[in-house]
Formats: sequence, structure tokens, C-alpha cells
Amino acid sequence: MNAQNHRRLADKLFDIGNYTFMIGLSLLFLYPFWDLLMLSLTAPAYVDRLGLRFWAHGFNLDSYRQVFRSDIISYAYANTVFRTVVGAGLTVLVTLGAAFALSQRKLPLRNTITLYILLTMFFQGGLIPSYLNMKSLGLIGSKWSLILPSLANAWYIILARNFLMTFPKELEESAIVDGANPLQVAYRILLPLSMPIVAVIALWSAVSHWNAWFDAMIYLRDKHDYVLQLLVQKILQQDRIDPTNTGTYIQITSQVTSQTIKAATIIAATLPIILVYPFLQKYFVKGVMVGSLKG
Amino acid sequence: MSGTAVGASTAAARRKRLARPNGKYGYYYLMAAPALIGFFLFHYVPMYGVILAFKDYKFALGIMGSPWVGFEHFERFFTDPFFWRILRNTVVISSLHILFGFPAPIVLALLFNELVHKRFKIAMQTISYLPHFMSWVILSGVLIEVLSPSRGAVNYLITLLGGKPVYFLADSHYFVGVLIASHVWQSVGWGSVVYLAGMAGINPDQYESARIDGATRIQQMRYITIPSLVPIMTILFILSVGGILNAGFDQIFNLYNPAVYHVADVIDTYVYRVGLLETKYGFSTAVGLVKNVVGLVLVLSANWIIKRFNEYGLW
Repeated sequence: MNAQNHRRLADKLFDIGNYTFMIGLSLLFLYPFWDLLMLSLTAPAYVDRLGLRFWAHGFNLDSYRQVFRSDIISYAYANTVFRTVVGAGLTVLVTLGAAFALSQRKLPLRNTITLYILLTMFFQGGLIPSYLNMKSLGLIGSKWSLILPSLANAWYIILARNFLMTFPKELEESAIVDGANPLQVAYRILLPLSMPIVAVIALWSAVSHWNAWFDAMIYLRDKHDYVLQLLVQKILQQDRIDPTNTGTYIQITSQVTSQTIKAATIIAATLPIILVYPFLQKYFVKGVMVGSLKG
Repeated sequence: MSGTAVGASTAAARRKRLARPNGKYGYYYLMAAPALIGFFLFHYVPMYGVILAFKDYKFALGIMGSPWVGFEHFERFFTDPFFWRILRNTVVISSLHILFGFPAPIVLALLFNELVHKRFKIAMQTISYLPHFMSWVILSGVLIEVLSPSRGAVNYLITLLGGKPVYFLADSHYFVGVLIASHVWQSVGWGSVVYLAGMAGINPDQYESARIDGATRIQQMRYITIPSLVPIMTILFILSVGGILNAGFDQIFNLYNPAVYHVADVIDTYVYRVGLLETKYGFSTAVGLVKNVVGLVLVLSANWIIKRFNEYGLW
């Protein structure tokens, strides 16, 4: 009996410790974003105060008004949405096409093609050769430079192939016997069954497009081609060198400071992801589970 | 089967099959074609571009026409004091990433696993994944604000405890620490997913019998949960060692500044600055090539080691 009491006490203490730790941890994950949100809503007079920002002093929406008045940010939204939607949609198409083919166990050259795809995971030309390649393809300055290079993704293809290979062979064979060609089989029979993997790849691809900035930085020149992340990056970086420079992108008036403008731009670029993220999270987790079973 | 008439007719049939992708596999090659072309254009063509590492690139002459210089770039690179600096920084930063970033998701997953309330557990997981879904551009904006010496929450707490405000991002004593801590913060939640998946596969009978024998939760964790996770840990650990030359370009690029270059500049950031900003294409390609080749050897050895430890391997 004594041992059991001891066990109960130990478990209880562990629980209390664990739950306390978790609550502390969730503050650590949430507070920084909350702090920035409150900064974006703070009146200029209160900005340069050292302290925790649990609430916005002199609450106002002036920074957001300034940010959304700038036409640069509307272009950035349009460009980001374009690359996210078109990029993720095309990536799914290209991935499924290759995955359907590679899921055919008897496809001639199947292993050669798989090797051809896998090799790209291990060796890249590197920054300068890729840049010069884009240049010789005439893609510098084009928004397609943000989409085309990411369409063929070895990891997604292997993931989708493994998923398709779990379907019974008879499914395709019976349709072929009934006179369907492989394209019809893929579209009418396999695609509807593949929705879980389509969702995973579409979401992963969409998030990576939404968050991408480096390609836009090196391949695009015109401010009107900037994506949201690049706009934020330019504002943060320029402002660290010369604090008056934010005005290149967004007008700063006396009602706002460059600090609240920066915060508002960051929130504007992040909010769409934060809003959809809790609903989509389980698909991401599912993708990791599928992927971790077999590489 | 080798008669001419038969040969001619099969050739005609073959031609017919190729014209309409109606042969057994024509459609499949057609479906795979966009991906295969994509890999060729954006992966294999740039691989050919690495010959720039052995050339003195002249814009007007192109890659083919530029004169060969042999190993000149490599010699310059290996005798450059910068080389040792960026190599050291790369290895130091990513070793610290592994040292702190590798055990953190394991511990977090163990603690998640012990949460009794299902909803609380799911909420905690969702919160901990959050930073993983944001770019380092955004996260650096958040960090710059929280660590700011004049406004930031961290410095507020430091002054509350009687300390002096610290300019974390411009002070080389603290910069690497900030990199490591923020890396763990960003990746720990998402990293725990794989371990939680592993835990879901443990047979509940084991816990049942341990409880009958009077084991506390910590003892169950130590003698059942952790040993079951060892295979996953081994694979992830070896993989992360294989990637030791990737110190995290996005994070460093968005947080560093000239004041901390001597501790923060890594191979990838150096390749970017020297290559694209100073347009030393040949030299920068050589640096990148060294990194890629060493990285490739490391990853392949990592896979070889995993295969020896457990029969699957990664590919």
C-alpha cells in the first residue's frame, strides 16, 4: 500500500509540473506574436517604452491604414496569392503525373527514372549556376521564375508514389479491361481516391510558396513584382541600416512610426497563414506520418 | 522471329504505338514528362554549371567560352583566412543546433504524451507548431522586436531583475546563443510530431503490465517509451549529422549584420555575398561546390551507417 501511495504522489507531482511547464511554454510560443500585434496597434507616443505589451496603449489602426494605402503592398498581396495558388496547383499536377507513372510496377525504365529523380535530392548546382541558368532561360524578372523551378519536387513525387502504391492493382486493371486508357484511369478512379495526398502536397507547397522570399529577392528587380515576404524583408533590412528608409515602400506620417509600420506589415503578411493554420494543421501532421513510414 | 517480313511489321506497329500514346506505357511517360523536364531544366542544367568553379567567368563569353583556370579558385579559397572562419562558424553553429535541437523535440514529445486531457494536448501541439509555419523573415521581425534593447520584452525582464539591457543581435557574445535558442523555439514543436507518431505505435499492454508492477509514470517513460523511440532517434540523429554543413541560411541571413559576421558568417551566406553581391561567380561557385561535395559525402555516409544499424535505411 505504501508503494502505491508513493506512486500516486509521484504521478501527481509529475502532472502538476508538466501542466505548469506546458502553460509556460505556450506563453513562450504565443507572446512574441502577440507583442508584435499589440505594437502594430500602439500609438506613436507609447512605442519606445521598455516593457511587456499585454495591451496596446492608445489603441489605433493608423499603421494598418498606412500599410494598406501603399500600392506596393497590394501588388505584393496579388503576387503572393498568384504564386501560392498557381504554384501549388501546378505542383500537384506535375507531382501526381510522375507519381502515377512511377506507381506502375512494370513501367520500363522505372528504376532509372526513380534514380534520375532521387539524385536531385542529393546534389545541387548551387546558387550561382542556378542563377545563371535562370538568366539563360530568360526567366529573370518574370514571376514564373518563382513557380517553375519548384514544380518538380523529388520528395513530393516519392511521397505520392508510395501512397498510390498502396492501392490494389486490380482497381486499375479492371478499368483498363473495360476500355479506359491510363489517363482516364488516373483522372476518374485514382484521383478521387488520392485526395488525402493531394491535400497534403497542395498545402505543403502552398505554405512554402507563401513563405518564400529568397528567389524573389534574387530573380526579380521591380518593386511591383515583390511578394509579401520580400517586402517585409526589405523593410526590416533597410530600416536596420537607415531607420528613415521604410518610406521607400510605405509612407510614414506623424500618426505612425516606422516601428508600428514594420509590425503592421509583418502581421499583414502573416495573418492569412495564422487564420487558416489551425484548420489545416491535421493535414500537415498526416503528411509527416505518411512520409515517415517510408522514405 | 527474325524474318524480314515480321521485322517490318513489328517496326510499323511500333511506329504506330509511338504516334498514339496508346501502347501500354505511352500515357504514363506522357504524365511523367512535365516532372522529368522540370528536373532536367532546373536541377541537371545547373549541375553542369558547376564547371564555372574551374573557369574565370566573363559575362560576354558565357560559361562555355570563359577561360579555364584549373584549381585556382580552390587554392585561393583554402589559403584564405575567411575559409577557416566560415568553416568554423558553419560547423560550430550546426553542432550547437544538433546539441540543443536534437533532444528538445524528444523531451517535448514525452511531455505531450503524458498530458491526460486530450483537448489540452491537441491545443498545446497546435501552439508549438506555429513558428514552424512562418518564414524566417517574419520570425526575425518578431525576434528583433522582442530582443530590442529599448522596447523588447526580454530586456524588460532583464532590467526588472536588476541587469542592464543587452543588444543581443549586434553583440557577438550573444548572437550565436540567439541563433540556437530561436532555432529550437522554431523547430521543437514540429520536430516532436515524428516521435509522437512513434509513441502511438507502442503496445499499450507494456504500460499496463508496468503499472501492475508499480512503475511510476517517469519509470514507464524511462523503461518503455524511450527505448521504443531509439530507432527513430538514431535515424534522425545520423541525418542531422549528415547535414552539418547546412547551418540555416534563412535564419542567419535575416538576423545577422556586419557587427557579428565574424561569428555568424557561414558557407551559404558567404557564397551569397561573394557570388551575387560581389559577382565573383567562379570563386563563389567553387566554394559552393566544395560544400555540396562534402555535404553529399556526409549524407551518403549517414545513410550507409543507418543501413548498418537497421535494415531499412532511408532509400
